[in-house]
Amino acid sequence: MKRIIIALLSGLIFGAGLVISEMVNPTKVQDFLDLFGNWDPSLAFVMGGAVAVTLLSSRFIMKRKAPLFADRFYMAVKTSLDSRLFLGASLFGIGWGLSGYCPGPGILSAMINPTEAMVFLPALLVGGWIGQRLSA
Amino acid sequence: MLEVFPTQALLGGVLIGISAALLLAFNGRIAGISGILYNLLFNPLSGSERNWRIAFLVGIVAGGYLMLPVEFELRQGYSPALLIISGLAVGIGTRIGNGCTSGHGVCGIGLMAGRSIAATITFMATGIITVTVLRNFIG
Repeated sequence: MKRIIIALLSGLIFGAGLVISEMVNPTKVQDFLDLFGNWDPSLAFVMGGAVAVTLLSSRFIMKRKAPLFADRFYMAVKTSLDSRLFLGASLFGIGWGLSGYCPGPGILSAMINPTEAMVFLPALLVGGWIGQRLSA
Repeated sequence: MLEVFPTQALLGGVLIGISAALLLAFNGRIAGISGILYNLLFNPLSGSERNWRIAFLVGIVAGGYLMLPVEFELRQGYSPALLIISGLAVGIGTRIGNGCTSGHGVCGIGLMAGRSIAATITFMATGIITVTVLRNFIG
């Protein structure tokens, strides 16, 4: 139960952060990626702020043998760089640029811009399913 | 370029970082939205493995809802074809690349994971190329 409460709280803070930072504004995301055009650098502060916190906190968290409410840290199994990683990340970046939505803001678009979410979200889920089949 | 200091962007980013730190410190889990979503949808999970993922996603939606309405003007009339291709590419890409902006960009870089640093540089680069092509040669 306590792990569920932490997950809920973590999600709440994450969702609030996505809206406050305007990551949920796909036009602003595209303006941020428009490095060679009319570049809007403000979203760099979202990633900068987030990474500053995770870089600092992870150093202390990972010194512990285990997390506070679980028996171990659930880390990624793979550590090597392979072609799947680069292919997947490349495709993701292309998709991100085409709409301005990554998965989190895409989910929140259901409340913010349902007209776009009706089209984007089913495609996201189908894409995830195809990716799952390709990974299997 | 930047005309006023992006206080809200920084504040929102710090909140996202705190969220990821909380999930790692207490539950030992990575706050990666694509991974959490797809594991929930496509992998058979035990009750406890399922429930925290549902709680996290419910939290994201509720946390976003509490901050509404948004201050920006909603985009209208965007190409449905682009939205579909985008959704497919984001879905396939984050699944086979094992992560998105949150899992690789925020959590993985925080843990200084080589795969996440490589993935983030890659999706930033293809994202920049895509918007450059889209705005100068297509849209």
